[in-house]
Amino acid sequence: MSIETENNLAVDCRGVTKTYDTGGTKVTALRGIDLTVKHGELMMLVGPSGCGKTTLISVVAGILDRDGGECTVFGRDFQKMRPGERTRFRGENIGFVFQAFNLLPTLTAAENVAVPMLINGSSRVEALDRAGEALSRVGLGDRLHSLPKQLSGGQQQRVAIARALVHSPRLIVCDEPTSALDHETGHRVMELMREVAVGPDRALVIVTHDSRIFEFADRIAKMDDGRIVEVTEKVRDFVEN
Amino acid sequence: MNWVALKMLTGDRAKYLGIIMGLTFASLLITQQLAIFIGLMSRTYGAITDLAQPDVWVMDPKVQFIDDIKPLQDTVLYRVRGIEGVEWAVPLYKGLLKARLDNGNFQTCNVLGLDDATLIGGPPEMVVGKLADLRRADAVIVDENGANGKLAHIDSDLEGNPKPGAVAVPLKVGDALELNDHRAIVVGICRSSRTFQSQPIVYTTYSRATLFAPKERKLLSFVLVKTDRAVDPTCVAQRIEQTTHLAAYTRENFKKKTFMYFMKYTGIPINFGIAVVLGFIVGTAIAGQTFHSFTLENLKHFGALKAMGAGNWMLLRMILLQSLLVGIIGYGLGVGAATLFGYFTQKSELAFLLPWQLLIFTAGAVVMICVLSALVSIRKVMALEPAIVFKS
Ligand SMILES: Nc1ncnc2c1ncn2[C@@H]1O[C@H](COP(=O)(O)OP(=O)(O)O)[C@@H](O)[C@H]1O
Ligand SMILES: [Mg+2]
Repeated sequence: MSIETENNLAVDCRGVTKTYDTGGTKVTALRGIDLTVKHGELMMLVGPSGCGKTTLISVVAGILDRDGGECTVFGRDFQKMRPGERTRFRGENIGFVFQAFNLLPTLTAAENVAVPMLINGSSRVEALDRAGEALSRVGLGDRLHSLPKQLSGGQQQRVAIARALVHSPRLIVCDEPTSALDHETGHRVMELMREVAVGPDRALVIVTHDSRIFEFADRIAKMDDGRIVEVTEKVRDFVEN
Repeated sequence: MNWVALKMLTGDRAKYLGIIMGLTFASLLITQQLAIFIGLMSRTYGAITDLAQPDVWVMDPKVQFIDDIKPLQDTVLYRVRGIEGVEWAVPLYKGLLKARLDNGNFQTCNVLGLDDATLIGGPPEMVVGKLADLRRADAVIVDENGANGKLAHIDSDLEGNPKPGAVAVPLKVGDALELNDHRAIVVGICRSSRTFQSQPIVYTTYSRATLFAPKERKLLSFVLVKTDRAVDPTCVAQRIEQTTHLAAYTRENFKKKTFMYFMKYTGIPINFGIAVVLGFIVGTAIAGQTFHSFTLENLKHFGALKAMGAGNWMLLRMILLQSLLVGIIGYGLGVGAATLFGYFTQKSELAFLLPWQLLIFTAGAVVMICVLSALVSIRKVMALEPAIVFKS
């Protein structure tokens, strides 16, 4: 807690390294990453394919172990937690939006959105209630009972966003959330994301190489070959002016 | 998360039904084959079951099962009667005799000769007539299955082949039979347990049976003993063995001995064993394989659940619940189908016995199949890196 108030950072990574070892061939994906994300900030990670963006947000979200360096999320280090605590912390504090939406095909929109609530121990009724609210916020209040296959790609991604928001996590990580969507839909999804997911005590990290959505970022960290090569500040101010 | 687990499974109709089919098939095959096996094996000692009164059976030491007749000397009966703890002892003749049917054909019958005075050893249930009618001249009682089946009258040509369109007319009271060239009159029809060889059972008195039987020096098959109520039949059996140097078994032990003989010296247990194991393996293969491919297909979703904070324990419970659901449905359908099968074959020659222990056995087998198939899937999910969710 003290660290959190000290530096007021949602994400604080220093010198993070990660090497994949798949049967003899070693691939170094992160070569010493320094990255900070402030509260209320929408940070974008951009860079060519294979430069380590996905690896980095996996480490940040606590679903992948780093090899070296330091990394805290709201002052807590995933790697210093016991497995059960780590899973719980992730369940309560991190929201995910995946490139392929990753909705359970046999569950309705509302049920899909309810899943994080259920994982965190809410009752079914409460979870479905909150899911309904979250879906209304993303403009799908009338599609609660639709199955994913009955929804368009943009609608599915909005369901996924509702699912990432439903339990009010403090950090939301998205991997290429617009790459499966056309330009206009992608734009609308991003507008929505800014509107509902960014708040004073929340942060958003979005991996993308879709330059058309850069304008939604507060800062953009440009990566190449496992390193952050450039951080552009105040993107939105710049775009807006 | 329980209903999420169930919806994941039931939403995938094809896989869901596939797994259930595998389990249904397995539990049907296991239950049905074992029920037939148990039915068949219980027939091996059906004759002992029907003779409810005696506690101890005395026989030649070389006898291995109920139909393995090694005659004793008549004097044995008197020696047994003199032994302490014996309340009464009666002779029993048991043998295979040929009956000549009125179309000229022969049918081997299982003839039981009961003590003339007491008629102990008679059938458990009379359908027509009464046991005492055996005291009439040339009297025999025939069992229902034999009377309606192998001993029934069929209009035949001179060669003994049934005439086209001829219907079997059951043997009835008043009809005559020729047993080993001796005339016999049916005075009653009874209901007996089917025997293993399914021959007609013919009851008569001991003295008449020895008349029917081919002339031999020794004709006494068994001595049936009722023990004093105060003594343990096992002790009396031991005492009889010591005194007479013959074999004496309690009813239960003689059943067991007969049962074990068939277990050991016939291919029956192996054959049924193979069918049961096959059912188990095929069921496990179908259910396990389908369940496994269901899990594989959902691996990405399990990964997403893991990333979103579902621990291994939660996922384990979900998978167990899924396999429990299909297990219960498959078991119900399989056992239900087996029971229906038993119900519809009730009237036929087929042996089918479904004791509750068998239901538990099948349940155990299904649980094992479910656990096995769940285990294969669980390993994959446990080892799953949540980071796969970001792999497109
Ligand atoms: N599970 C893995 N095993 C081995 N190598 C991996 C794995 N995941 C990623 N990589 C490698 O690590 C590097 C970075 O990958 P990634 O973080 O997915 O990049 P990006 O998301 O920027 O395209 C790539 O060279 C990729 O091939
Ligand atoms: Mg990537």
